[in-house]
Amino acid sequence: MVFKHDVVIVGAGLAGLRAALEVTGKGDVALISKVYPTRSHSGAAQGGIAAALGNEEPDSWEWHMYDTVKGGDYLTDQNVAEILARDAPRAVYELEHMGVPFNRMNNGKIAQRAFGGHTRNFGEAAVKRACYAADRSGRVIMDTLYFEAVRKGIRIYPEFQMLDLVFRDGQAAGLIAYETATGRLHFFHCRMILLATGGYGKVFKTSSNAFASTGDGVYLPYRAGLPLEDMEFVQFHPTGIHRLGVLISEAARGEGGILRNSQGERFMERHAPTIKDLAPRDMVSRAIAMEIREGRGIGGQDYVHLDLTHLGEKKLEERLSDISSFVRIYLGVDPAREPVPIAPTCHYMMGGIPTSTEGEVLDLQGERVPGLYAAGECSCLSLHGANRLGCNSLLDLVVFGRRAGQKMAGELARLPWQEAPERPGEETARRIARLKEKGTGEKTGVLRAELQEAMTLHCSVFRTEESLQKALACIGELQERYPRVRVDHKGDRFNTDLLEALELECLLGLAEAMVHSALARRESRGAHSREDHMERDDDRFLRHTLVCRRGGRVRVDHKPVTVTRFQPRARTY
Amino acid sequence: MEMQFRIFRHDPQVEAKPHYRSYKVKADPRDRILDCLNRIRWEQDGTLSYRMSCGHGVCGSDGMRINGVCGLACQQLVKDYEGQEVLLEPLPFFPVVKDLVVEMEGFLKRIGEQRPHLMARGDPPEKERLQDPRDRRKVDDVIRCILCACCTGACPVMTRNGDYVGPAALVWAYRYICDSRDSLYRERLKNIDFANGVWSCENFFDCTRACPKKIPVTRCINTLKREAEKLGPR
Repeated sequence: MVFKHDVVIVGAGLAGLRAALEVTGKGDVALISKVYPTRSHSGAAQGGIAAALGNEEPDSWEWHMYDTVKGGDYLTDQNVAEILARDAPRAVYELEHMGVPFNRMNNGKIAQRAFGGHTRNFGEAAVKRACYAADRSGRVIMDTLYFEAVRKGIRIYPEFQMLDLVFRDGQAAGLIAYETATGRLHFFHCRMILLATGGYGKVFKTSSNAFASTGDGVYLPYRAGLPLEDMEFVQFHPTGIHRLGVLISEAARGEGGILRNSQGERFMERHAPTIKDLAPRDMVSRAIAMEIREGRGIGGQDYVHLDLTHLGEKKLEERLSDISSFVRIYLGVDPAREPVPIAPTCHYMMGGIPTSTEGEVLDLQGERVPGLYAAGECSCLSLHGANRLGCNSLLDLVVFGRRAGQKMAGELARLPWQEAPERPGEETARRIARLKEKGTGEKTGVLRAELQEAMTLHCSVFRTEESLQKALACIGELQERYPRVRVDHKGDRFNTDLLEALELECLLGLAEAMVHSALARRESRGAHSREDHMERDDDRFLRHTLVCRRGGRVRVDHKPVTVTRFQPRARTY
Repeated sequence: MEMQFRIFRHDPQVEAKPHYRSYKVKADPRDRILDCLNRIRWEQDGTLSYRMSCGHGVCGSDGMRINGVCGLACQQLVKDYEGQEVLLEPLPFFPVVKDLVVEMEGFLKRIGEQRPHLMARGDPPEKERLQDPRDRRKVDDVIRCILCACCTGACPVMTRNGDYVGPAALVWAYRYICDSRDSLYRERLKNIDFANGVWSCENFFDCTRACPKKIPVTRCINTLKREAEKLGPR
């Protein structure tokens, strides 16, 4: 079928929903989502959303901006951080007005709590800046925006998976989507597309991300020859539940939780003497990885302990209830009595599709791609630089989702329709037929597991030229084997076997972009830690990485960082 | 250890009747039932269909009937089923799309009928509306809802009366009826004060037992009944 809408938004997490709310009423907007909208991964965010409301103690947007820039190890574009920090209070009030059930102070104002890297007066001490609803902040914001979208009558296509982008004369003309319930391919003819498809943590073996986080929306523009930005920067959250990678929020350490090694030592005292366990995520993850590597993991194994026993049952129940329940369910551990086995888990991608502050997708020359927009984790503004601060991502989604929506609404009067191709989706249909026809071959799961293993081994918290070359060789070999992948499920209905085979192409392509970017950055900055280049090198590498595929080859380019208020300095806490 | 599964299979597009298929899979006692499903699908039988996303009880995708009890496959661990054959079936009463995947539109429509969005009085202030933390606490339990439909699938009344709005819709009604910022208290209560609304609940408590987020669903429904009675005759 052909569906026609002015604007099609891909992904119904917070960025997509917020943008849709901005376009509706001004133009015909539709949301498509590979999962039911309320299953989107924004809902897994626990800790909160940052804004210098100053409800609990004095705060200012300038301090917030500074923290964001320093947290990003000065790779953050400072004009973007300024927009974020200035707009944050408005964005949070707006969410409250829509009905988000934020926790409250006794005077009735929105309650705020401390979070990693957020400080007062340019780094003096921690500040309470995170607005929250228990440890379910993302979920309640997402539910609020989702039902707001339903109320406004925004057309939603649940379980429609984007499989290709269609361009005409360099302008986005539409996209091909697969309807999971029926197996039918559809063409969405539109004037503007907003990609809001989230991250791609499933490139790694252990991740806090959802199974749906395969980066389809990041890969498709890359496959079409557009660049990706800062793909080497992957945030490993220090405290994932051992083996599973399920997230234990930074709030656990904010409330006083302590990390300990096999000797019971509070090892963060050695790694970050001043703020210890509340150092930024990249630093804590590195410290844990080093403890494990030097044999001080618990029982010599690949995890350490997060000790919450001294917090008491009441505090755990009141402030960290979801987290406590995860620990009880998955580890059979009562966090009030026993320490929690944790290890770093792939959590967030700083890199993605380069965009302007209005969400317009930019090509290699920095020119706008007409009709194509991106927002949220799939985009790279670059706001989070080399390491994102906690509570800045929910904020990013609602601030820049809205801005992209406003921009698209403004373009409605100007941007012409592109003609639909004669037989849209033909190539996609052929690809699907080829996968289904094969009687023998390899299973998706086998290749995917090999990729995840290789990326975890060679491209995670620590990297070297040698390890990255190994990752690259492995990815190359898997890409050669990929055409031999076979699909068991030949039917039309809910064929996740087929969809996962198609997603594997995305994961492989994104891994390739990440490793090439990581190889090119011969320095250590934020989450990108090169053991063969241990220091940050502003002279050579205070610049963004752009990676793209041209003529079958991967090419790495650069663009400058925008520095306005804060000159790069040594990053100590 | 080795686990035995018997799984409901049905592709309504190609077969008239459902059937069950058995699988054996190696598992670690700490694995989730969802991990076993994934292993079956990735290693043995790619034709099996089920939903999943976050894998830790936040997104609400993988509600199903596990040995007769509605729950999330990602919240049940293998060790609790040791020595048993595990029977996996779709949520009851929901039309089957394929295997363990059910149609969600009807369920979401009934929640939508509760107008699950804030209807506050007047224009919003410049900053946040003030709310007493004691008032805010009244919705603490219900904002844990993840729309997984386990409560509705577990409700014995739903077997007899498909027109009952169901426990999840009532949880969402409660969410806004108890929000001190909302202005539609009466209208919202009236909207559930009818035979197939709050009065269909017979206090079986199966919804409360099934809820993976430990929401006291039945207690909320009983509160709504009391509030509705206070409104006077219908």
